[in-house]
Amino acid sequence: MNSALTSSIVGSALVKRGLADMLRGGVIMDVVNPEQARIAEDAGAVAVMALERVPSDIRRDGGVARMSDPQMIQDIQTTVTIPVMAKARIGHFAEAQILQALDVDYIDESEVLTPADEENHIDKWDFTVPFVCGATNLGEALRRIAEGACLIRSKGEAGTGNVVEAVRHLRTINAQMRRLASADVSELFALAKDLQAPIALVQEVAATGKLPVPLFCAGGISTPADASLVLQLGAEAVFVGSGIFKSEDPERMAKAIVEATTHFEDAGIVAKVSTGLGAAMRGAETATLEQRLADRGW
Amino acid sequence: MRRVGVLALQGDVREHFATLENLGATPEKVRRVTDLDGLDGLIIPGGESTTISHLLVTSGLREPLQDLISGGFPVFGTCAGLIMLADEVLDGRSDQWSFGALNVSVRRNGYGRQIASFETPIVLEGRGTVLGVFIRAPRILRWGNDVEVIASHDHGDGEHPVLVRQDSVWGCSFHPELTSDVLVHGLFLDALQEALR
Repeated sequence: MNSALTSSIVGSALVKRGLADMLRGGVIMDVVNPEQARIAEDAGAVAVMALERVPSDIRRDGGVARMSDPQMIQDIQTTVTIPVMAKARIGHFAEAQILQALDVDYIDESEVLTPADEENHIDKWDFTVPFVCGATNLGEALRRIAEGACLIRSKGEAGTGNVVEAVRHLRTINAQMRRLASADVSELFALAKDLQAPIALVQEVAATGKLPVPLFCAGGISTPADASLVLQLGAEAVFVGSGIFKSEDPERMAKAIVEATTHFEDAGIVAKVSTGLGAAMRGAETATLEQRLADRGW
Repeated sequence: MRRVGVLALQGDVREHFATLENLGATPEKVRRVTDLDGLDGLIIPGGESTTISHLLVTSGLREPLQDLISGGFPVFGTCAGLIMLADEVLDGRSDQWSFGALNVSVRRNGYGRQIASFETPIVLEGRGTVLGVFIRAPRILRWGNDVEVIASHDHGDGEHPVLVRQDSVWGCSFHPELTSDVLVHGLFLDALQEALR
């Protein structure tokens, strides 16, 4: 190996978080086959999440939800030029090793799949490929970052088409960060205990007022207005799962959510792209759900 | 005080803002055609080039920007921004378009997918060394005689330019905005200052 290459470092925090920075202001779309991946890329998606079933179908079908078939992921990788993400079960580091061997661009250690470990998440520092993890509050976000996550997304309640849980999670994370930023430094130790989060990360959030990694929104986004809402609440990009390909006109819905994400502060543009879109996905009331996916993860 | 636009359709806009502010310039977000008024130059940030090119069309910015760039308006593209400025884009989508302002051919993801993304010291001859952060970075495979190569990198298979300039158009394979080093942006601002004289 020559000297130029020996001074090159792969898999550093800067390089892993850097890809998340490049996705900011964009829409990451769940796709289940190469045709949907092509539609997503045509619509301006910044990345696709390759999975066998979108969350609303996982919810409907029940059973154990696992990592997708590698063949399907590879077919999508050869179809699009944008980054391809894939999901591993919480704690299932062998699935994550397989996804890394497949050269996926990001791994989502996701509560949408059935957890493989009810105490431990994956030690994400062990991997060259970066990870995104879900969180419902600041303590959970900081525990995931301590384990090596390079991107945090709200969990929301996937597959419901109902944005209420994502809003709750974003507001909670932001409120807890504001609390840290206004605290006296001597109070941070007790606050770290309450949050069940490492003190060093709590001190960092208190000093900077923000997470050390980007914060995206996921779970229940199904209209351009939903995207605008969560971006105005501080999310830096959105994941859309069932909301696109379970809508009446996926191509138009995909394009509309992309434009609403870029122009989220311009209600005139969001109004224009929301017009005549056809029906959004049907959606579900989260209060009556038998299983809440957001409760998975520890 | 220079007013420098940052194309804010998608990507790491915030980091370019911070770097420009550290240099005493005034950054402005560019999302609509009217945002171009009164700017001294423009930065096209890192992000996804397919997304940025799509949004340049839907926002109506493509043609006015093409006219400005063709008329010598100073512009600097990092990563996806370099792809948007290149004459030729390899391994892109069949409908990939670019402003064709830099006489270079770039290969998208020319250093590999994310797992191959890397950081490495980059020497700017006579000016210093910066940390080059390459993320699914485009690789410059061909460059014309009219292109000034400011820095190169050997990734084990020969030297390839990573920071280039052709008149008022600058392009960079890596992300100087992701580090606190302001050297690369400073060069662009110096050139912008000279052009205004």
